[in-house]
Amino acid sequence: MFQVIGERINTSRKKVQAAVADRDAEYIREDVKKQQEAGADFIDVNAGARIGHEKEDMKWLLNTIQPVAIVPLCLDSPDPAILEMAYDMVDRTPMINSISLEKDRFDTMMPFLKGKECKIVALCMEDDGMPLSSDDIVARAQKLVKELESIGLKQDDIYIDPLVQPISTDSTKGNMVLDAVRQIKKQYPKVHITGGLSNISYGLPERKIINRTFVTLMMDAGMDSAIIDPLDSKIMATIRTADMLLGRDNFCMTYLKGVRSGVIKS
Amino acid sequence: MNDFNEIKDTLVNLDEQRLLQLVKNALENGIPAGDILNKGLIAGMDIVGEKMENEDMFIPEVLMAAQIMGKGVEILKPLLGAEETSSRGSVLIGTVKGDLHDIGKNLVAMMMESAGLVVHNLGVDIAPEEFVRMIKEKNANILCLSALLTTTMPMMKQTIDAVVESGLRDQVKIMVGGAPVTQAFADDIGADAFASDAGSAAKGAKALIN
Repeated sequence: MFQVIGERINTSRKKVQAAVADRDAEYIREDVKKQQEAGADFIDVNAGARIGHEKEDMKWLLNTIQPVAIVPLCLDSPDPAILEMAYDMVDRTPMINSISLEKDRFDTMMPFLKGKECKIVALCMEDDGMPLSSDDIVARAQKLVKELESIGLKQDDIYIDPLVQPISTDSTKGNMVLDAVRQIKKQYPKVHITGGLSNISYGLPERKIINRTFVTLMMDAGMDSAIIDPLDSKIMATIRTADMLLGRDNFCMTYLKGVRSGVIKS
Repeated sequence: MNDFNEIKDTLVNLDEQRLLQLVKNALENGIPAGDILNKGLIAGMDIVGEKMENEDMFIPEVLMAAQIMGKGVEILKPLLGAEETSSRGSVLIGTVKGDLHDIGKNLVAMMMESAGLVVHNLGVDIAPEEFVRMIKEKNANILCLSALLTTTMPMMKQTIDAVVESGLRDQVKIMVGGAPVTQAFADDIGADAFASDAGSAAKGAKALIN
């Protein structure tokens, strides 16, 4: 079944930033509960938007969220020091967001990850810049898998982000990432594929239908998780329906549950 | 044709065949190439930029318009005087050190070129010293900095500080942009301008040098 990484606890979201600034624990807890009720498998926590406050904000968020969390957290920061602190604070084995092949990031994250129990989001980003072809993405994914396995992580722990790019700038960008995902899953069936779904529609109007349609194409190619808003019932409905169509929902049970609860509508 | 409305409208409507024909007709009718460029093509792209700001036109359409305009410019090039092809201003643009995002920056570069500015797109992950070096080398009068991560935004300030230290601050107007960047941040770090999209960036750049 598709795994949903709930994206809402991110200080780049206006209301969340305000709640964090005001230390409004009730607001944050309510949001986490709602995401979990809506089916989030992980709760992403990102405190990066208030420049200079990330450390205290992350601490406060984790202390606030943990008492009500029933799923693992996804610790989201580009700063390994923040991730280290956060890792030591969590109760359940977390997901770490993220590592990439960019030298600075890679060199600090590899020792951090060595010997740790966690899931890891691995971005197909290198110092050369954005990937330019499917082969490019696949080569980067191969490097990441090889390196992460070498420090003891299992393929089942690895969540590759193939870096979805906007279709508005180049109409080959959709197929580029779809092909890459197919190839990666063929070579590493146990590795997971993840990412955000909104980059694909950047620069175009009516973004939501683009994102919804794209997720079904990606799911067929092998994407099995994404960082999304679980309270967006349309995208959740699309994902649950696609899961059923791809044969992952015995007796269509989850789909029917979704219809009866009103989340899945035509 | 004394007003260039037909050329402008045809460009905005993305009708390549018709636009190129109009450009050729204008030349045949003795209209100076420089006027066709400035009052027709560049003016048309200014409208495209505005429509982009207002979300009446979208990125793929803007890319198409720039491409069509480029073909129009190709027809005019042999007839354009040296002053006409160059300086409304010389722009340096790049993504700051530590940041590899470039889509927005490249759109800005394209819109500025279409607006008649000479643009040097330095790429991504550009160190402050590199920006300073290139300001001298290209004799730039506008510096555009892009960042997409909150973690690389401080590098914008470092870059501006480096420009100040090098004594070049008075030579360049500095504009900043990128998704997490705001007017308030731009003011804080001593930038001259902030733009939230490629259309207003090109407009803003022209305003800075006039």
